[in-house]
Amino acid sequence: MRLFKNLVAAALLLPAIALAQTPIKVGIANDLSGPFAALGAEARDGFNLAIKQLGNKLGGQPAEFIQTDMGGNPDQARQLVTRYIQRDKIDFFTGPIGSNVALAVGPALFAAKVPYLSNNPGPSQFAGAQCNDYWFGVSYQNDAFHEAAGKVAADRGFKKMVILAPDYPAGKDALNGFKRGYKLAPNQEVYTKLGQIDYAAELAQIRDAKPDAIYIFLPGGMGINFVKQFVSAGLNKSVKLVGPGFSADEDVIQAVGEPLIGMFNTAQWAHDLDNAQNKKFVEAFRKEYNNRYPAVYAAQAYDTIMAIDAAVKATGGKVADREAVIAALKKADFSSVRGSFKYGVNNFPIQALYVRVVEKGADGRITNKLVGKVFDSYQDVYVGECKK
Amino acid sequence: MMKRLSHSLLPLGCLLLLVLFPLVAPVFDLGFYVSFVRRVLIYALVASSLNFILGYGGMVALGHAAFFGAGAYVVAILSAQGYGQALVVWPLAMLVAGTLALLIGAISLRTRGVYFIMITLAFAQMVFYLFISLRQYGGEDGINLSAPSTLPALNLGNDTQFYYLVLGIVAASLWLMHCMVNSRFGRALQGIRENETRMQALGYPVLRIKLVAFVFAGALAGLAGALLANHNLFVSPSLMHWTASANLIIMVIVGGIGLRFGGVVGAAVMLLLEEFLRLYTEYWHLPLGVLLLIIVLFAPRGVAGVFLRRTT
Amino acid sequence: MSGTLIAEQLLNGLQFGLMLFLIAAGLTLVFGILDILNVAHGSLYMAGAYVAAQTMQVTGSFAAAVLMAAVITGLVGLVLELVLVRKLVVRDHLAQVLGTFAVILIANDVVKMIWGPAPIMMNMPSALSGPVRLSSDFLYPAYRLLIIAVGLAVALGLYLFVTRTRAGVLVRAGASNRQMATLMGVRVPLLFMGVFVLGAVLAAVAGALLGPITAIQAGMGEQILILVLVCIVIGGIGSIRGAFVGALLVGFVDTAGRAFLPTLLKLFFSPAVASSVGPTLAAIAIYILMAVVLVFRPAGLFPARG
Repeated sequence: MRLFKNLVAAALLLPAIALAQTPIKVGIANDLSGPFAALGAEARDGFNLAIKQLGNKLGGQPAEFIQTDMGGNPDQARQLVTRYIQRDKIDFFTGPIGSNVALAVGPALFAAKVPYLSNNPGPSQFAGAQCNDYWFGVSYQNDAFHEAAGKVAADRGFKKMVILAPDYPAGKDALNGFKRGYKLAPNQEVYTKLGQIDYAAELAQIRDAKPDAIYIFLPGGMGINFVKQFVSAGLNKSVKLVGPGFSADEDVIQAVGEPLIGMFNTAQWAHDLDNAQNKKFVEAFRKEYNNRYPAVYAAQAYDTIMAIDAAVKATGGKVADREAVIAALKKADFSSVRGSFKYGVNNFPIQALYVRVVEKGADGRITNKLVGKVFDSYQDVYVGECKK
Repeated sequence: MMKRLSHSLLPLGCLLLLVLFPLVAPVFDLGFYVSFVRRVLIYALVASSLNFILGYGGMVALGHAAFFGAGAYVVAILSAQGYGQALVVWPLAMLVAGTLALLIGAISLRTRGVYFIMITLAFAQMVFYLFISLRQYGGEDGINLSAPSTLPALNLGNDTQFYYLVLGIVAASLWLMHCMVNSRFGRALQGIRENETRMQALGYPVLRIKLVAFVFAGALAGLAGALLANHNLFVSPSLMHWTASANLIIMVIVGGIGLRFGGVVGAAVMLLLEEFLRLYTEYWHLPLGVLLLIIVLFAPRGVAGVFLRRTT
Repeated sequence: MSGTLIAEQLLNGLQFGLMLFLIAAGLTLVFGILDILNVAHGSLYMAGAYVAAQTMQVTGSFAAAVLMAAVITGLVGLVLELVLVRKLVVRDHLAQVLGTFAVILIANDVVKMIWGPAPIMMNMPSALSGPVRLSSDFLYPAYRLLIIAVGLAVALGLYLFVTRTRAGVLVRAGASNRQMATLMGVRVPLLFMGVFVLGAVLAAVAGALLGPITAIQAGMGEQILILVLVCIVIGGIGSIRGAFVGALLVGFVDTAGRAFLPTLLKLFFSPAVASSVGPTLAAIAIYILMAVVLVFRPAGLFPARG
């Protein structure tokens, strides 16, 4: 009789065990072969470090991290996300580096009730009118670094400025964000060609204008080209260089080297930020990856996985209950490497923003040093348009 | 007689498979692939339209993606303004793409050889940069469509119904192209590809014939674009970048240039390869490059050409 | 708009044009003599940049970097010619474009496998890392003056080679009539090999020279290839003189477009319109130039053949 009762109990428990054994699936769309390949590689290193530390588990449950390269192409990313949703039946999504991809894949994920945690882009559309409960801008809102840089420029007394960005919507947004923080009117606003190689013409204009400083938003190879040419023109002696964190992080330092020294840049994190979680993260990263410092993309990717881990833990592994999952995600109840932060009503972070400067450390290594705080708790300007 | 039968047996067999696929797929848990095959069909259409002017007309157009993108953008922009009826919007997409082809063709077709390649490339780049800088139409971020186009009898939001519509449209277009190729017009076009000077001497209106073919191909590419906009529910300028045009040419070459199903086979091979190579390595451009080399050096008639040799 | 600014922009246009000429010269030479459109020329340029950067990192000598880039890329060019180009020369243009495009795909991944996807660093030679004073208030980067000097030297050198040396005469013979040249006893395969390697060396030197002021990463060849193709199409394929004129035209039009168009537009239109239309027009200015040239001269300005 006892045996029979035990067998029945076991049989009743079996489905529960089977259910519990289904791994939690995280779909990651990597950016490894397109225009943001270097940044995507950094992010992937951040993801992998977190996944390794968690032992391939989330909230203690077995988890599967499906990583595929979509080359920064919105069309490919769309295909990939359809596959992730329909065939792999993912529970969480993250990965893309560019805003255009985020905007392309967001709606499909929201409709399928799959939480999309962004490890980099924070498009203003998702902060304002198109805000959604299934979106989590874990990293920042796109304007944040630019607005902070504007305030830095104003605080440092740069009265005359020339600002540059490529001629596309993200570039225009960047300069608008900067102007909002700067509050003065810049002397000149220059728009370059997307993918431009030679900046001699623009540099001549800058030399002619004789500004106190220039602000550049030139992502990827464009920024590298520009800074090298800027220094070669001797302009760095008379004009200060200001940029958002992504124009001066480890990947750019790697490619440019000494000419980048002295550049002020803004971000929500620096690798020498003084908190326990960050210290552990940087140490582990340097150990895992050949003693190099993490860039902001790796830090954000790491945070994203940790955020998912915390939410899964909070819901006891019941990720099928999406309402509970997004409620848990919203609490942002995990130790972030940037210190604690909370989400605004549009699921974008309200967090501190810092200014860093590129300099040569005591060990001869060129890297970013934290200089100061620009905002204590910055919130994006689009939150008012989000009606939830 | 046997040759004829085996010639049409293979394509008919494939068509039958394609018709049955959505019904069979859920049984093998391949439901997701209905959407994938639909995408292959859409690219088969645009690749075939390129094959028409490239394979049969000898025009190496390195800007064909511009017409593809134009058709897609017409649907997306009108959808954003609230106009979604397919019966109105899709023909409009073809009209816009065809008109663009008329404008570009009128200037480009006066040049020959590598100059033609370059000038079509230049125009495609112009269109690309134009769309990137247009803020109100999404710029580099592109436009999301909130809903697919509407048709009186079908629901395009339903995966399978849309699949059959696409299959029908693509099959009909291929049949139309087949008729055009075998018509007097088509034979004149092929004659121009063989020897333009001779055709001119014989009194054929060479420029006009080429232009008509160019516009026809452009309009078909626009239709494919409209279908893609509905498939992805998203359009972006990357659809029109010169590398997209280069990919289309590669599809046609890999499939079999100037062969009836060159575009179809090419689209299928390339998209399948991309999908599966990507799962295994991040360095998937390398095997793709090697394949292209092999085809160019050893199988110039493409994959379909290999089949042709087998059956004849 | 001061006189110094205009002078500086003119010098910039010249420099950009000569930069493009360095790459265009090799491409048009190969196209003119071998009649093959080698789109992998951009990959040879990329190889030159990578080898130069690596050499610079190891030895710290700029001269060594340029030399190594030329030698190694020359060897790569030689292998490419023997293995692939020879087979493509007899094929049509489309097959050539595709065959060499395949080389681009392979080269980009190989470079990523060796050096990773992130751009790598090449330091500027410290002697040339600052500006030179050309007049009381006119400073110009020394390094760009070097590029102008090298560009002009290469142009002069190629001109002398093609017109004054025996080998150059053979090259011109091979370009205008291959069959006749063979009949006259010219060893055409050897000639082709030599020209292709020369083209590769020119591309490599361009890559090494531009390394310190551009981003060295996979795909850098394709970015500049488009501009270079526009140069040789405008100038006329196969003609070095055409490549020179085409490159200078493109250099000036592009620089002038970026430098003066927005300001010019502001005179006639509102600043909002000027700042949105200006950059777009400047971006497509060179394509418009090419289209205009082709309408009036469908074979370019100085076609080599015919």
